Amino acid sequence: MFHSQILVNLIYLVAAVLFIFGLKMIAHPRTAVRGNLLSSLAMLIAVVVTVWLIVAANTASWAGWLLIVVGLVIGGGIGAVLALKVEMTQMPQLVALFNGLGGGASVLVAGAELIGMTNTEATADVMLATGLSGLIGTVTFWGSLVAFGKLQEISFFEKELPIPAPQAVNAVLAVVLIGMMVLMAAWGVGWPYIVIFLLATILGFTLVMPIGGADMPVVIALLNSYSGLAAAATGFVIDNNVLIISGSLVGASGIILTQIMCKAMNRSLLNVLFGTMQSGSGPAGADHEMYATVRSTSADDIAMILDNAQRVVFVPGYGLAVAQAQHAVRDLANILQERGATVEYAIHPVAGRMPGHMNVLLAEADVPYDQLKEMDEINPTLGQVDVAIVIGANDVVNPLANTDPNSPIAGMPIIEVSKARTVIVIKRSLSPGFAKIPNPLFAAENTLMFFSDGKKAVLDIVGAVKEL
Amino acid sequence: MIRNLLLLLIACCLVGTAASQLAFAEDKPKESSASVTPAEEAVPTAEATEEAPKYTKWTALVASVTIFVLAVFVGFEIITKVPPTLHTPLMSGSNAISGISIVGALLATALNAQWFASLLGLVAIILATINVVGGYMVTHRMLAMFQQKR
Repeated sequence: MFHSQILVNLIYLVAAVLFIFGLKMIAHPRTAVRGNLLSSLAMLIAVVVTVWLIVAANTASWAGWLLIVVGLVIGGGIGAVLALKVEMTQMPQLVALFNGLGGGASVLVAGAELIGMTNTEATADVMLATGLSGLIGTVTFWGSLVAFGKLQEISFFEKELPIPAPQAVNAVLAVVLIGMMVLMAAWGVGWPYIVIFLLATILGFTLVMPIGGADMPVVIALLNSYSGLAAAATGFVIDNNVLIISGSLVGASGIILTQIMCKAMNRSLLNVLFGTMQSGSGPAGADHEMYATVRSTSADDIAMILDNAQRVVFVPGYGLAVAQAQHAVRDLANILQERGATVEYAIHPVAGRMPGHMNVLLAEADVPYDQLKEMDEINPTLGQVDVAIVIGANDVVNPLANTDPNSPIAGMPIIEVSKARTVIVIKRSLSPGFAKIPNPLFAAENTLMFFSDGKKAVLDIVGAVKEL
Repeated sequence: MIRNLLLLLIACCLVGTAASQLAFAEDKPKESSASVTPAEEAVPTAEATEEAPKYTKWTALVASVTIFVLAVFVGFEIITKVPPTLHTPLMSGSNAISGISIVGALLATALNAQWFASLLGLVAIILATINVVGGYMVTHRMLAMFQQKR
């Protein structure tokens, strides 16, 4: 038993190293597929060696084996079906859901360990780790389910919480939760775990329910980080290094993504989590005044403009995902390229509902990824662009971010489409984006609005260009 | 870069083994010193014998915390400067890795005598397996899309 334990730990180390190399390779487009395979190989090694450890320990009853096989088959089946069936537009929901399941598994493992724990094992550090695992895992689980519900647009999750002061509630919950963990650690008792689970469930809801729309990428990245930290905490509970190492890797990567997202919105993490966006600056009448000079256009006019364009840039936003317009956009781009125009895509870091959302959608539509330009790369060259086509994006192209220091999005870096010779905005109406502020871009001199559903609009333009 | 990584990792292992050896080494002298000094008052002796195993535990904990902190740095080191194009696959790929708690789930299910613990373990296995299998497969699907166009 002792020898097999040492061998198993060494093999766990191999798995951890493979995870690191796998992640490293995922960070580069050329090696990404192999990196993911390597990482999944590491997971397989970890699972197989664990099974071998159970065989070597020879304590598992036939019922235990049955449960393991049943669990693996059911879980594997559900996972495979979800992974194969999901539409690329639904990717944010799926990632949120998987995040939550990982967190939930950590909670349950810590709970199961707690039940089987003897008094000598229940030292302060193990109990503290158990409490932490329960707290982080539960918040991740429920928080992710709420995020899933919001992204799936289930109306229950879009209501406001019937709580007068969510911040105060969160603070009280946090204090009680810390108290419960201290209690577990100090007295070595298990019952606070149930309290932690219940309170953390509430906390998961009160933390994520008020967050919506454009802040979703930050939340998903943060929950991703939490699911890793929960696994790491579980690693402390069962004293298993592979859990600690891989959990902290995931924790770190999630935190980095969170930082990138926050920077792209010029907001601090605390502001995203606890600050509510001030809604609507000024009375509704101001919108009408601002939009007095809006010019509307038709597909035929746009086709004429595009016919003369040398350089065209598409600026996609969440609306592109909603309208599932990525294939239509790709078709339009192909036609324009055949006519000799250069086509590029300007991707804002927080466009969409998760980090890299737009890139995945466009990749699905076979858009070559060297045409996808980051904001910082494309902004200096937008002055030489003939036509910028904004599809389903709003706040990320709102010039108020640069001009109005009192705006809720002040200081947020934007894609400066107004520098282009002509800006075409495809949008269903003049309704504001998530930040709930009017967009002077729509009324700018060089802007033409095409009021229509994103996909239909692009298809109409494709038809009109073909007829020229 | 990869060399740095390996160095860090080796450092992790060294610290880990050193700390655990230290734990074993510290264990014995503590006990013996407690037993060869009967002249001392009873209260500190009792404390010393009580504290000896605890001390071992704390040392092992320090080793684990060391591994945790170093692994976080390795994580920071390898993830920074990921192109935004790959943010979604990176997220779902790393998310699949967080399904590593499947290891804990397997152990909890098999090695636990209590039926309720095994039940929790079963649910944990299901959740973690969905996370792992689904996560890797969907990441592969996405990355394959990115690769076709090269």
